[in-house]
Amino acid sequence: MNQPIKGGRGVNALPFVAPSVVILFIWMIVPLVMTLWFSFQRYNLLSPELSGFVGLSNYSFLLTDSSLWIAMANTLLLVGGVLAITIVGGTLLAVLFDQEFFGSKIARLLAIAPFFVMPTVSALIWKNLLMHPVNGVSAAIARALGLQPVDWFGQWPLFSVVVIVAWQWLPFALLILLTALQSLDHEQKEAARMDGAGPLAIFWYIVLPHMGRAIKVVVMIETIFFLSIFAEIYVTTGGGPGLASTNLTYLIYLRALLEYDIGTASAGGVIAIVLANIVAAFLVRSIARNLDA
Amino acid sequence: MRLKLDTHAALSLAGWLAASALFFPIAWMLLTSFKTEIEAVATTPSLIFTPTLDNYITVQERADYLKFALNSVVVSFGSTLLALALAVPAAYGMAFFPTKRTRGTLLWMLSTKMMPPVGALVPVTLVFRDLGLIDTLAGLIFVYALINLPIVVWMLYTFFREIPREILEAGRMDGATPLDELRFLLLPLSLPGLASTGLLAVILTWNEAFWSLNLTAAQAGPLTAFIASFSAPEGLFWAKLSAASTMAVAPILVFGWLSQRQLVRGLTFGAVK
Repeated sequence: MNQPIKGGRGVNALPFVAPSVVILFIWMIVPLVMTLWFSFQRYNLLSPELSGFVGLSNYSFLLTDSSLWIAMANTLLLVGGVLAITIVGGTLLAVLFDQEFFGSKIARLLAIAPFFVMPTVSALIWKNLLMHPVNGVSAAIARALGLQPVDWFGQWPLFSVVVIVAWQWLPFALLILLTALQSLDHEQKEAARMDGAGPLAIFWYIVLPHMGRAIKVVVMIETIFFLSIFAEIYVTTGGGPGLASTNLTYLIYLRALLEYDIGTASAGGVIAIVLANIVAAFLVRSIARNLDA
Repeated sequence: MRLKLDTHAALSLAGWLAASALFFPIAWMLLTSFKTEIEAVATTPSLIFTPTLDNYITVQERADYLKFALNSVVVSFGSTLLALALAVPAAYGMAFFPTKRTRGTLLWMLSTKMMPPVGALVPVTLVFRDLGLIDTLAGLIFVYALINLPIVVWMLYTFFREIPREILEAGRMDGATPLDELRFLLLPLSLPGLASTGLLAVILTWNEAFWSLNLTAAQAGPLTAFIASFSAPEGLFWAKLSAASTMAVAPILVFGWLSQRQLVRGLTFGAVK
């Protein structure tokens, strides 16, 4: 970390920094403490008179309930599926859009556009216009090919959510990885080419290692966001059929705001916080290293 | 030479195929917004039709659309201004008068961003209910300012660090107080950085849909909530949904295109520039 500016030694920066720190601290600590507190209470808004300390029973109820494990598995599939698509696809697209071709600047703008579409819009456009089993584009294509149209959200609910989220985040991966790629020294590639390296060898030994850190950052930032996917489920499947597309976030939402079960929802919240913090620890460490560089 | 031309053509083809595939849903939404409701749900979709602006007119005429749109504007810009007001002094202090704790403070701010919103859903809902902040613009502005504060501080910090320190030191020698420095030197010098930071916060707030769906109802709902209200499967509404969606997405899409470079910096906390 660098030194203060000259003549700035005696300046007390605390009054500048304090408001942000204090207000963020409150924003973080109050919900955290309340969530922890409620997670040890029996507390349902429908029957508030039955409240009281219940120890770990909210946790044991959740952990022995199959819905938590279904939601965990769905969360894992959702995060893993979208990560795989966006990282592999994003890397390939970044290499493609790093080249100059006819109208490449405009093509780039079109390709990153989905990232700026609000989640409720993209979910509804996909659900109705594109994936509707009767009137959607996919159904029309299927019929034109003589195939049976697929009822995406009925038969493949989780997969459909993966498709929507991947469509939104593929451009994010592309944008970040392309930026990282553009800082690659082109002379290095040129030198490798002179030495007889083929395009695949150049990609594998020069391009991919150069993008390594950016890929890591994308994986971690996406994971943080994907653990909290909500709107895409809320407006398409509502978590169903059954619990087939319910992730951890949606399960807690169901418990808290539809069943008014504050105790169990809070225990679920604590589990979600622990999960996110495991990922966050890696992310923060990686960014901290960059701060020194 | 021949080979070169062919590779160029193949590259162009691949690039445009990829771009068209990614942009197709948006293009289709735009197209559908100019159809009649009957054309919009036709089982054999047509590319050739007489475009109509009726959907836009109908959506505009619904009094609630304008209210939702206005809420989006007020919430995005209000929360961004509040976040900037808190973050500018903080980033200034940390960028130019770092102490032993600065590094830790920055990383701690970043880590608050990692808290999953659902972990705070229950307490925030209950506290907001007790304070009468549910379904109010003030409540949403407050929540979004805090959610974006870490990103805003980080981005401003990286912009401030790029300002030549000699300029501030010269001002200091001429007797400028830290506040003078901030107002007359730093803010004018970092105006582009300030603008792109604000733009990113506006984009993120405009599109955020967890808190807006959970904390609002009829009064303070922004466009994310308005669009979500179309999810009920009733009758002929796809063309109107497309028109409303196009209007909700268009301004942010333009903002995003304009600021993509700076966006990368903000979204990765300066790890990728």
